[in-house]
This record gives sequence, C-alpha cells and structure tokens, in this order.
Amino acid sequence: MSDINLKLHVWRQESRGATGKFEDYSKYAEGISTHASFLEMLDVVNERLAEDGIRPIVFDHDCREGICGSCGAVINGVPHGPQKLTTTCQLHMRQFKNGDEIWVEPFRAGAFPIIKDLMVDRGKFDTIIQAGGFISIRTGSAPDANEIPVPKEVSDGAFDAATCIGCGACVAACPNASASLFLSAKIAHLNLLPQGQPERYKRTRQMVSAHDEAGFGGCTNHKECEAACPKGISTDWIAKMNRDMLIATITGKDGKFA
Amino acid sequence: MKLESHAPTGDIEKRWDQHRFEMKLVNPANKRKFDVIVVGTGLAGASAAATLAELGYNIKAFCYQDSPRRAHSIAAQGGINAAKNYQNDGDSVYRLFYDTVKGGDFRSRESNVYRLAQVSVNIIDQAVAQGVPFAREYGGLLDNRSFGGAQVSRTFYARGQTGQQLLLGAYSALSKMIAANKVKMYSRHEMLDLIVEDNRARGIVVRNLDTGKVEAHTADAVCLCTGGYGNVFYLSTNAKGCNVTASWRAHKKGALFANPCFTQIHPTCIPPSGDYQSKLTLMSESLRNDGRVWVPKDPSNAEKKPSSIPESERDYYLERIYPSFGNLVPRDIASRAAKKMCDEGKGVGPYVGDKRRGVYLDFADAIKREGEPRIMEKYGNLFEMYERITGDDPCETPMRIYPATHYTMGGVWVDYNLMSTIDGLFVLGEANFSDHGANRLGASALMQGLADGYFVIPYTMGNYLARAGNNPMKEESAPVKSTVKDVETRIQGMIDKGAKGTHTPDHFHRRLGHIMYDKCGMSRNEAGLKEGLEEVRNLREEFHDKVKILGSGGELNSMLEKAGRVSDFLELAELMHVDALDRDESCGAHFREEHVREDGEAKRDDENYAYVAAWEFTGVGEKPKLHKEELDFEYVKLTQRSYK
Repeated sequence: MSDINLKLHVWRQESRGATGKFEDYSKYAEGISTHASFLEMLDVVNERLAEDGIRPIVFDHDCREGICGSCGAVINGVPHGPQKLTTTCQLHMRQFKNGDEIWVEPFRAGAFPIIKDLMVDRGKFDTIIQAGGFISIRTGSAPDANEIPVPKEVSDGAFDAATCIGCGACVAACPNASASLFLSAKIAHLNLLPQGQPERYKRTRQMVSAHDEAGFGGCTNHKECEAACPKGISTDWIAKMNRDMLIATITGKDGKFA
Repeated sequence: MKLESHAPTGDIEKRWDQHRFEMKLVNPANKRKFDVIVVGTGLAGASAAATLAELGYNIKAFCYQDSPRRAHSIAAQGGINAAKNYQNDGDSVYRLFYDTVKGGDFRSRESNVYRLAQVSVNIIDQAVAQGVPFAREYGGLLDNRSFGGAQVSRTFYARGQTGQQLLLGAYSALSKMIAANKVKMYSRHEMLDLIVEDNRARGIVVRNLDTGKVEAHTADAVCLCTGGYGNVFYLSTNAKGCNVTASWRAHKKGALFANPCFTQIHPTCIPPSGDYQSKLTLMSESLRNDGRVWVPKDPSNAEKKPSSIPESERDYYLERIYPSFGNLVPRDIASRAAKKMCDEGKGVGPYVGDKRRGVYLDFADAIKREGEPRIMEKYGNLFEMYERITGDDPCETPMRIYPATHYTMGGVWVDYNLMSTIDGLFVLGEANFSDHGANRLGASALMQGLADGYFVIPYTMGNYLARAGNNPMKEESAPVKSTVKDVETRIQGMIDKGAKGTHTPDHFHRRLGHIMYDKCGMSRNEAGLKEGLEEVRNLREEFHDKVKILGSGGELNSMLEKAGRVSDFLELAELMHVDALDRDESCGAHFREEHVREDGEAKRDDENYAYVAAWEFTGVGEKPKLHKEELDFEYVKLTQRSYK
C-alpha cells in the first residue's frame, strides 16, 4: 500500500444557474491511499475541508459498487475517468501516480442542469422512460413464466442492453449531448423480447420524441458514448433503434403494417 | 397495547385464500377517492406504488435518490427464489415455506412465510411479462440455480444483476403509472416525520433535498418501503444513503420496532483495506456454488502465494465441518466460521487492526471442471468488480472474502396485513420484520420485497381503506402544522448548534460502527452488550454536543442530511443492544456466546424466547417497553438446525 499526493482541482458551483469555478484543493489531497476509491478520496478531502470550515464538495453517489448509476463526474476530461468500463465509484486511486494533476467537473449537457458542484439533474432520463420504456402489463395478469420461451441469444441480447445503469456518461461524452446510447439501450431491451412486440413501434416513436423534446442532441456517430459507457453498452443498439424508428415512421400507425 | 397478528388459523394452505375472501373490497369507482403515500422506491415501494395505482388509488411516491430506479434493491446480485419446481428436483410451496421457517431459526410467523412461498411463483410470472431478462437455457425456458442454504435449484437469476433487472422491471411499471398520472413522483425528497392523529397515520413530512424546503403531504394511508438499517454499522454492503430515519420516526410516533438485534452478516464481501473505507462490497454468495472456501492450515503460510500451497496444507473448513452442505451452509454459519478462523489467527490478506481479516474463495477447481468461459459466463461481472477493487484477478489468484453487515431481519412490527401498530401505516420489504425470523436465506429478500408490493398490499390496503373510510386530513389542520413545526425546529436546532461543532457527522458514524461491530455484531455476550450500551449512550450525547454542520437548512446540505440520519442511528443502536440483551439465547444471526451447543452452533431456547420482541418507544435514553408476540409452530417442528 502506498500513499500519493495529488494536484486536485474541483468544480464548485453554489446552485442552478450560478457561476461556477475550479478550486485548487491540492493541500487537502495529500497522503491519499492508492487502495481508496475515487469517491473515498473525495470523502477524505471533504472531511479536511469541513475541518477548515469549508462546505464539503457535493456529489451524487449511493451504492458505491457501480450499479445504481448515481455517481459520475468528468475526470480529466473523461466521464467516469481514465479506466475503461468503470464508474467513478469503482475507479481506484491506484490508477493515478504521485503528483498527478486531477481536474474534476460535473457532466455537462444542456439537458442535465447543474444542481450544485458535481451534482446534475438527470430527471429527463425518467421522462424518456415514462414515454414508453415499459411493457403494459397489469400486476396479476401475467401468464406462467415458461409459457413465453425466449431464445437464449435473444434473452442475452436484451440483457446486454438492459445493463445500462442510467448514469448519463454517454450524454456527457457526446459532442451533441445526445442520449441516444441510453435511449436505444432502453428501447432495445424491450423491443428484442417477444413480450415487447405489441408496443414495439409505438414505444420507439414515443421515446425518441421524448428524448428530442428533452433537449438532447441527435446522434452523429462519434461513438464517444460507447467509449465512456461504464457498462460497455454498444452503439449497435442505436442502429437498431434507427431501424425501428424508420419502420415506425414510414408505416405510419405505430408499425402496424410492418 | 395488545399485539394482534391477525394471522389466520386453519389449514395453512388455505389461510391466504380464506383471508383474501374475508377482506373488504373498495368499489372500483371509489378507489380514485383515496390517496396513498409510498415512501421508498425499491422493489417493495416501486411494486406497491405501481400496483396500487393500477387498481385506481392516487399515489404519491417519494425517494431520496435522484431517480426511483436507483434504490438499493438495484445492487442485489444473486437471485430470487420461487417455488416453481421447473427443475423437477423436489421443490414445492411447502418446501420453500419449510426451508424459510427453518432457515429463520423459528423466529418468524408461519402464516406469513407460507403466503410468501405461495406468491413467489406469481412474482416470476410478473417479472418475465415485464421483460426482466432472467437467465435462460438453450431451449428458451428459464434457468435456475441452487443458492445459499437450499438443496433444490429454485433461484431465478439475471447474471449477477438480478436486483437491478427486477428493480428496472418494477421501475418500468411505476413509470407507466407516472405517465398515466396515477402516481406523482417526488425524487430527492426525504421523509423526516410521520403525521399521526389518534394513532392513525395521516401523512408525512418531507424535506426537499435540493431546496431544503420542509413540506407536508397528507393521505388516507402511508406505506413505508424504506429498506433496512444495516448502515448503523457504518461499514456495510448498503448504499451510502440507506438509513433508518423513516422507520425510526414512525417508531417514535408509536409504531413498535421488532427484533432489532436480528442483523445478518453476509459471508462473502471484499475485506476492508484501510480507515478511509466507506463501504464494503458484497460478492454474491452464488459464488459459493462454485468457489471453495479455505485457509492455510499453518498461519505462517498466510503470505505465501495461495496456488503454491499444496492441497494437504489447506483447510477447506466448511467442507470439513459441514460435509453435507459444505460451502453452501447458511449465511450466519459461514460468517461465524470465517470470523472464527481469523480470530484463531488463520486469516489471510493484510492486517486490519490486529488480525488478518480474510479467507480464500477459490475457483481453481471449478475452472478446471467447467472451463474458464463457463465460469466467466456465470460470474464475469463479479470477477471484474473484484479485480477493479482489489487489483487481483480471481481466475489467477483466489478471492479474499470477509463477512460484512448486509441485511436486517428486524424492523417495524407489522401484522399479517403488513400494518404496523399505527392504523394506516403499512410497512413493506426489508423495513418490516415479518418473514425471515432470525436469519434470511439467500435470494429471499427480492422475493419478499416484491411479494409485499405486488401481491399482498394491493389486497390488505383495500381492506383497510374500506373500513377506515374516506376522510382525508386537511393540510392546514393542527397535527399537520405541529409536525411540520417539529421538523423545522429540529433542523434549525441542529444548524444552530452545528455551526459551533467540532467533528463531522461521519466521524461519529464511524465510531458508532466500531462499537456495533465490536459489541453487537456477529457474536455477542452480556458484558459486551452492557458496555456497548453505555458507549452508545455516551456517543449520542457527545454527538449532539459536538457535531459539526456547515451551511443552512434552506439549501442542499449534505452534512445536515447525514447528521439527521446518524442521530437516528444512534438511538436505534441503543435499542439493538437492549434487544440483544433481552434475548438471552442464540438463534439464527443472533449469536450469544453464553448459549452455544457442544458442536459450536447457536443454542435456541424455545421455552422462553419463541417470541417476537416488539419494542415501544418511551423517550430518548429511556428504557423501551417490551411487548411479546408469542410464536406458534404448527407445521414446522421446532428442531435445532443442523447443516452437518
């Protein structure tokens, strides 16, 4: 185990719409264990800040095991930092060296207004799901689970799409601030499964509209999202979404004649 | 106060059916006149909110996270049990019931557990219909695996992310009802008090975490689905935000709190590595299906490369002591065995404090048997998670694991209808005490949360509302105003005092955790519990004297949020000690060192302790009042557990 000193710069912003700026917290970021996680490093810095009477850095976090999707910051220009397939909470300080300079700022996108410091409002993701990210089934009306056989490869594909944790890194990474990776993964999960077929085209159309209305940009195939995604969600889903969207559009009534 | 469980009698197979028939119904046209509050949006909360809304009730749902999809159910890894018997290996509703009562070491209510086993099959149907991508066989049908403590394969799973997929299913149902305007969702709101009038729940007081605004919401009934209180130990597998505040506030308003000392320590977590440690990460115990637990026989081998230690020098202690269950013994037994090995100096990994706190979980044999691709398919995401945290690859070198607090069986006391001792206050999921007795079996938490939300509360809520009638409380009435004022006063008090404080809320929380693990953890004894009780009381006083809170109440203030939660944990910790002292027996996860069988296992005292200990709040620092609900075992014969 070894300890490192960091040149740490953190974005501080009092409230929505306020002017923010980077603060140099290097003197609070000395002697950090390389076995600590990135958020544990921020915890240590926060305890030291509080001792000095400075308000702790606000950041979203909860499970700290890479699954809830709460955490996320842009670390040295990259959403969730330098390690591939890793959320901010799972990034460990062994990825950094003594004396490294670290710049931490919030996910930046028009549709993700900053609430405070590193915390952003991702409520628009919920809005997209409410537009059609579900199968309309009433509790109690389901047939026996094994009455709907699902080929393993289809089920595995749906699962791959469904592992999206909704963190928003894809939006922060995209030059257009598009949420297409999130959107398409959510659509693909349900559109692949036999249970999802009845609402397939209606779902696609409504969720795509909700995405556009929320202020996210369009996809222009930069694939920065896929590179930043901590769960390795593939941009193939965007192609699949576009295909379903095309069918929904040209056949008019929610793909009825597709 | 007399505790009425309202559990039906008669044939256990028919109890729930009969009870459903006897319950009152609310006319479909009248349902829209009732408002119901649901606090928490994990499996229990999201499923309850969605289902009640589908029935026609108006729902307000609250969560402290920025989205209902992030509740900590999302982190459950291993799976969900259901008595489907798809594997044709001898499972049945009765067997799941039997295993759960026995696994809970005979401290749960038979009627509740039987109902849980009955509705388990409906949960799987529901989840699949929602699009939950459970693991499948090549023929397209659902796959199952055997899971901690079960001799049949009844666990449904979605790789190591079953909780995530089930929660996304429940969240999708909730989203559908939000879109239908039947649920109003309040994210980033924390419940800080319950509005009660004449022992009837009339609403809640919440704080908007973004603006600091304190507001009241009234309703005809309130459901708490706010999870467990494992974070009282500071280091646990819970999310950082998990807290006891909603349950504790209800407790202080008259809801009895049952069996608080029943806390489960999970055997397969990544060991702590230093003081900055903020949480412990669980590795699903499904790993124990293929991993073999061992320590070096000779402690001087602790630092040797594990693969270089020959078979003859390894102690596969679970397989040795429990030959028929081996590495699949229940959680409490596996945890204590690991702790015993480390206490005896046989642990591996770095020293934490005065001991090496870790044992090996080795996949070398499984990889040899099934090949690395098959093992990676089953556990790939867990292996990757382990490697990110520790820097070691489990395919190359065995994992190191150590027990950590994971689940709390205790919680708010509820009757068979899931209603607490406050009328109209229902408690679902981990937040209640009802189904797991003194120990929960693996893959049963997801089952219980969804059973309560999808298939129990929709019936029992109607029964309550039909009886209670529709007369909502006005927001300007006295109980509402006074509860809001109490909350505002409490917050202002903390802010005023906190400005002069010297130590952060986390400082006190960490110290509380040390006391809890030392004195009220995996094993307990009378002297230690008495010391712990004293230490907790002193810490509570010091906390209120010295806690430091910067900023104001009228803004987003993470220190204030944390201080409020720690304050409630400190009071709960006292009750846990009192309960553990009262229960002068060992049972399930509650291991009193004074009561050990000759073979080293927990020694129950059914004569004197076959009861639910439900505690009544009498004031901070005052001795709580004990109410007993005696437990009858008509179907599962009281026997000492043996997993040998």
